[in-house]
Amino acid sequence: MSAPALPRWADVVLLPLVNLAAALLIAGAVMALVGQDPREVLSLMAKGAFGTLRGFSYTLYYTTTFIFTGLAVAVAAHGGLFNIGAEGQATLGGLGAGLVALWLGAHLPAAVMLPVMVLAAAAFGAAWALIPAYLQAYRGSHIVITTIMFNFLAYTLLVYLLVNVLKAPGSMAVESAPFAPSASLPNAQEVFAWFGIEWPSSPLNLSFLLALVAAVLVYAYLWRTRAGYRLRTVGASAGAAEYAGIPPAHQILIAMGISGALAGLVGVNEIAGVNRRLLLDFVAGAGFTGIAVALMGRNHPVGILLASLLFGALFQGGAEVGFEMPQFTRDMVVTLQGFVILFSGAMAYVLAPYLSRLLHAIPAVAKRGAT
Amino acid sequence: MDAILAGTLLASTLRVATPLILCALAGVLAERSGVIDLGLEGKMLFAAFAAAATGSLFGSTVVALLAGCGVAVLMSWLHGFATVSHRGDQVVSGMALNIIAYGLTAVLAIAWFQQGGQTPPLGDGVRLRPLWPEASATLGPVVGEGLFAHNALVYVALLLVAGVSFFLYRTRLGLRLRAVGENPNMVDAAGLSVSRLRYLALTLNGVLCGLAGAYLVLAQSAAFSPNMTAGRGYMALAAMIFGRWKPVPALAACLLFGFLDTIAVRLQGVKLPHLGELPVQAIQALPYLLTVVLLAAFIGRNVAPAALGRPYVKEH
Repeated sequence: MSAPALPRWADVVLLPLVNLAAALLIAGAVMALVGQDPREVLSLMAKGAFGTLRGFSYTLYYTTTFIFTGLAVAVAAHGGLFNIGAEGQATLGGLGAGLVALWLGAHLPAAVMLPVMVLAAAAFGAAWALIPAYLQAYRGSHIVITTIMFNFLAYTLLVYLLVNVLKAPGSMAVESAPFAPSASLPNAQEVFAWFGIEWPSSPLNLSFLLALVAAVLVYAYLWRTRAGYRLRTVGASAGAAEYAGIPPAHQILIAMGISGALAGLVGVNEIAGVNRRLLLDFVAGAGFTGIAVALMGRNHPVGILLASLLFGALFQGGAEVGFEMPQFTRDMVVTLQGFVILFSGAMAYVLAPYLSRLLHAIPAVAKRGAT
Repeated sequence: MDAILAGTLLASTLRVATPLILCALAGVLAERSGVIDLGLEGKMLFAAFAAAATGSLFGSTVVALLAGCGVAVLMSWLHGFATVSHRGDQVVSGMALNIIAYGLTAVLAIAWFQQGGQTPPLGDGVRLRPLWPEASATLGPVVGEGLFAHNALVYVALLLVAGVSFFLYRTRLGLRLRAVGENPNMVDAAGLSVSRLRYLALTLNGVLCGLAGAYLVLAQSAAFSPNMTAGRGYMALAAMIFGRWKPVPALAACLLFGFLDTIAVRLQGVKLPHLGELPVQAIQALPYLLTVVLLAAFIGRNVAPAALGRPYVKEH
């Protein structure tokens, strides 16, 4: 690894793009292998994701969920932890939102009910992350293993509750009764109608604003507060942090608590915003997409917003391509997601030296040096 | 409990446990050499697809087995390339392999076989058949049906437990492999190649994952379907940890999990004394719950291989 260091702009902007390009190239090769024209797929995707207001609304709805899970994975990563458990934490978040909605929905006005649902989603998600965090901090159980187990436990818990407790009487489907109107988060169509603007119907709802607020708060917390500095210190070096009087065990709990709460907010988008009832499989792999988003976005809220938009567009665009090309399914997008994780996560150090040598071959860069 | 039920439960436990045993052994080999392997699930899934695809194209059991093992070994090497050669994050790499396998097998199955992600069912000539189909008639329901009515891979898996144990604890190479997971510096100082030993462990790991994946289509369901592993790879990972990274205890954990899986189906709606009716989800959750509890209670940081998850950087 004798290559000179990458300049900061290249490390932050160029390298993620190069890694994305590598993943796209492989995905394109797979498409070509199965007889699909990658350029046609890409143009159909772009049209499906951004071409119409309705398509764009769907894109933003997927983006919302990915912002939550991406931020969740990133906050844990800043604390030096790899949170594979966002899937389970998001499941519990939806369960929390659903339980308070079914319990109090008939008695509370929306102005009280909706904040309670948000808090419940965050609290349930946080609680589900805190158990593995505690076991890592005080019992030495590896957090990766425990969070994987908790993903399965979350799923079986939700199945059990839906089948045995929450299922609407007389219904065949494994889902709860619909929530009261006060427990439904207004969607974009309803919000714009208040201002007399026509907006196509889509799952996009007020959770999108909540996701933007969450991104701002995560940025402020991590880079503008002492608490955030302590968290990042532990992530950078647990030993140094301990020496400086920051107990790593506390920070593990804080990082995972915040991480789980963020993941739990997926429940607000999917359960309170879109389905307005509790059902199975509403997370649908978003917890794992969050890993790709956080890696793409270099664990920074700005990067995460952009990466979430990218994956939101891919998921929405992928669904649209399926209408035009029946052979194309969203599995292709999942494959791409896997390659993004491989290149920008596991192989982060593979392409960097080549890129660095390439850049330093350009005189202007070499003269400025690696700043 | 009558003999027929006992025989059926025993047989079903062994059948369910076999892919777990193969995968858990694969996990033991990789992790004892210091490489975390979360990619068991993905390797098993891709191997199942490769075995189903080639088995239906060539109509040969041997080709299906070779294809399954070949694909899984390639994925193991990719994992090695990212983590051993380039010091990438082992957990992230394993997750990436799982997600790629989940997506790519579905894409290829849909494109190549045009049955919505399924492959055509394998013919009886390709599938693995019981070695002694008449055993239950001659040896009775428990011994015959329970122990001797299985296909060759079930016995191969059990033999491999002994084989991997012997390899790890009774051979020079096995000792070196374990040493590289505990103290790679020492192995390096002794003049051996750390990465070569880890690649060896990953290669064997790939073969075992390949066998596990092939088993799913050659012995259990006759065709590939998307995500047919359904979390078995993670279950095997849990069994490996439950078995404290040792082959024989891992086998015991796999048999326990296989048994739980078997009775979960049978206990639906059955009233148990003192407990009442157990929800089926509670039994399904037990393997994961047991693993969490065991990790927290008995297995501290001291049981896992000391160098697990740490990329080795040679000193100059």
